[in-house]
Amino acid sequence: MADEKKIGAYICKGCGIGDRVDTAQMVQIATRDAKAHVAKEHEFLCNADGIKMIQDDIDNEGVNHVAICACSRRAKVEAFNFDNVAISRGNIREGVIWVRPDTDEAKETTQEMADDYVRMAVNEVKFMERPQGSEEAVYNKTLLVVGGGVSGMTAAIEASKTGYPVHLVEKSAVLGGAAARMYKGLPMKAPYDAPADTGVADMIAAIEADNNITVHLNSTLTKTSGAPGRFSADISAESGNTTTENFGAIVQATGYREYDASQLPELGYGKASNVVTQAELDEMALAANGGAIKTKDGKDINSVVFVQCAGQRSDKEGHLNYCSGHCCQTSIKQALYFKEQNPDVDTNIIYSDLRTPGVSGEDFYRAGQKNGVTFTKGDVSQVVQDGDSLSVKFKDVILDEDTAEKADLVVLATGMIPNGGVDIDEVGQDEPGQFTVNVDSILNLDYRQGKDIPQLTKGFNDSHFICFPYETRRTGIYTCGPVRRPMDGAQAIEDAVGATMKALQEIENAGKGRAAHPRSGDLSYPSFRREGCTQCKRCTVECPFGAIDEDEQRFPQFNEARCRRCGTCMGACPVRVISFENYSVDTVGQQLKNVDIPDEFEEKPRILVLACENDAYPALDMGAMNKTEYSAYARVIPVRCLGSVNLIWITDAMNSGYDGVILMGCQKGENYQCHFVKGSEIAHQRMSKVADTLQSLALEPERVETYEIAITDIERAPKLINDMAETIEKIGLSPFKF
Amino acid sequence: MATDAINYYRNNFLKEVEANVEEGHWVKMCMQCGVCAGSCPLGNAWEHTPQKIFMMIRAGKRDEVLASDAMWMCTSCYNCIARCPRELPITHIMHGLANYAHRLGLAPKNQPTRKFAILFWNNLTKKGRVNELKLGIALYFMNGLVNGIKVAIKAMPLGMSMMKTKRLSPMEILGGHGIKDTSGFHAILKKAREIEDAKMTKFD
Repeated sequence: MADEKKIGAYICKGCGIGDRVDTAQMVQIATRDAKAHVAKEHEFLCNADGIKMIQDDIDNEGVNHVAICACSRRAKVEAFNFDNVAISRGNIREGVIWVRPDTDEAKETTQEMADDYVRMAVNEVKFMERPQGSEEAVYNKTLLVVGGGVSGMTAAIEASKTGYPVHLVEKSAVLGGAAARMYKGLPMKAPYDAPADTGVADMIAAIEADNNITVHLNSTLTKTSGAPGRFSADISAESGNTTTENFGAIVQATGYREYDASQLPELGYGKASNVVTQAELDEMALAANGGAIKTKDGKDINSVVFVQCAGQRSDKEGHLNYCSGHCCQTSIKQALYFKEQNPDVDTNIIYSDLRTPGVSGEDFYRAGQKNGVTFTKGDVSQVVQDGDSLSVKFKDVILDEDTAEKADLVVLATGMIPNGGVDIDEVGQDEPGQFTVNVDSILNLDYRQGKDIPQLTKGFNDSHFICFPYETRRTGIYTCGPVRRPMDGAQAIEDAVGATMKALQEIENAGKGRAAHPRSGDLSYPSFRREGCTQCKRCTVECPFGAIDEDEQRFPQFNEARCRRCGTCMGACPVRVISFENYSVDTVGQQLKNVDIPDEFEEKPRILVLACENDAYPALDMGAMNKTEYSAYARVIPVRCLGSVNLIWITDAMNSGYDGVILMGCQKGENYQCHFVKGSEIAHQRMSKVADTLQSLALEPERVETYEIAITDIERAPKLINDMAETIEKIGLSPFKF
Repeated sequence: MATDAINYYRNNFLKEVEANVEEGHWVKMCMQCGVCAGSCPLGNAWEHTPQKIFMMIRAGKRDEVLASDAMWMCTSCYNCIARCPRELPITHIMHGLANYAHRLGLAPKNQPTRKFAILFWNNLTKKGRVNELKLGIALYFMNGLVNGIKVAIKAMPLGMSMMKTKRLSPMEILGGHGIKDTSGFHAILKKAREIEDAKMTKFD
């Protein structure tokens, strides 16, 4: 079937399309201009009769490539879903009739728009193949969990409960992580009014009783290679034994370490013996085990001062400039340790902003207040030994005065630092075939791009806080718990469940050769023409997900299961040898080349819009639903990610006589919205160099613009098109028209 | 830093307020958001806003709190109660604090609201009924003889009109009307005071 392409073009007259444009003419264009083998119009293409018409052609006429010219590719996806054929969509509804006024003057240009979208759809599908799925697909149900703290144990238990075998690797000699060194945890159940059991003992018992979970204590990962479905990990024990296991996916729950309080001498740490960190106090409480907590020299404690934000939320050198999220509640919890023992112990929490996120939150704060824990809004400047006790010097911010308070014990709320392994921007990867173990690395990946997961900021790994929190930039490896962002135990548990669910999904997807988020279920994957490759390594370097390694001969080695199908490699390739079966330099290039470019005397410019299918294209669609008009000279082509835009498209457009090109991608930078994390950023970098090229062609640089568009920019996106039309009116038509 | 200051922030005064001030147990629940201070129509006229008063209580500033004029300036508009996100009965706490300061003899001596309150209380408790004529005259002369005469002359037309319409009897000056059992009434007040005093916890 695949050896002979037979294209069927189907033009819908529904939703008012038939009233606004001449569909009979479009049918002619599909066959005469675009050379479709079959072209038909239908009153209502997405109804049962219309679908049957297309299915009949597929079954009886041998149509195997279908161009549907109706509504946006984002609409009626379920209806226009035919098995075993390649499908393209011409956007006549949202792309033409809804963005153009229904007037006699506009009729001609609107018709031209519709005709072009028919040409584009037919030519796109002509160069598409139906994705066959990756042959690399491996199904391995085993999950690797790295880290045996609350997050890691939750991940292991949850995966096992779902029926997936788990290997749990823990660096230390015991399970439990930071929570095991706590006397009690934050309350996780209503009424959230008292410190509660951490639940660690129960978790350890559950893991020990579970035959589905294999625990490796005193062990680290010395090498991790492969891809989702076929990860291979060397688990090395302290004793020197190394076992190699295969996994489908990995959950990294390596938690946090405490900020080094010895960097805070002004707060008395290391100088005065009764200045301790929160973690140290919890250890003291654990040792006292319900009895009265005493100072290190065995004295009674009658007053405790908690200093919040010690060495954090500060821009000072060596301090953490973020909030660790749990410390306010942890101080309340620890103050309640004392209040439970003896309500007459004074416990004062000096804070700058009391923040209680998480499940127990505000209820726990109130519980602290009810039990007599006091709260003072202030800035602590110094803690000094004053006779037998300590003096905490601070500025009371409410009363606006410098003052001091005496205390028997001072507790510093120091922050969390993620155990994220090495920063791959600092520590590069070894040359291919020369892998060495990095003791600071957590995963010791043998990926070309580096040994650990890329970090976004402050050592926390790169993921999108709202849209895809558990995804990392390494497909099949999911993070949860404080390695991802600061959080408390209850949040870590919730986080671990989420990440585990994503990992299990990926195990299943990898087994079927399908893509993970955001192109979930996509069966296409990139392939390259080896003969044409110049080994420039741009694809290897630019892939946001580290999917591409190098083989011994220094050719790119695509790990299909690691690929998210953004096409950034395709956009990067200077010799254009990388393509997907259903998305390639040709599928887009042929669309833009087959737009009818009127000669300069007709004074009808053409604007090419390459819009990211994730945000910009939906924004244009939604603008169209609101009937926000834009220039009839624009031709919009959706792209998987702006990162997939190959510069040849810009060159081709300019050479074919387009007057302007607009690229619409997602927001880049630290607060990125790009669904492929780096795609938009890379595209912007590439385009910044286009201006020079244009000037060498004696073209104005304003003819190519790159924008960051949010999905909510439903008025801005059409306006940018109109702005370009105005610019062209000012600077004149392109001289490259034939 | 004086040792006195260091001894502040002990929780003693907070505990004293909790024990002895009406609705005082709410003070510890304040989260220092400042909505009360921003909502108070007389906020600028006070020495301390409710937010500050509550913070001072926690900071152990007993003398400053009890000598503050803040509680006496409250007009009971209830804006703060209506708006407090922690649902503290702020107006009631302020009145409770005023009352407590007065009983301890620490309230500001020349605070006009307090002066009037004393006049009113003495006037009312004498016979069990308010003697409006005497209360009015006492109020005129609250700030001295000359000032009293000036105010009295100014208020004369109003007094004459009230007399004409039988709203004010000049005979009240001779003692005025009262309740039937004055001594029983005084016994009740005495007993009530005893009960209140017994409730008061001693703090040093």
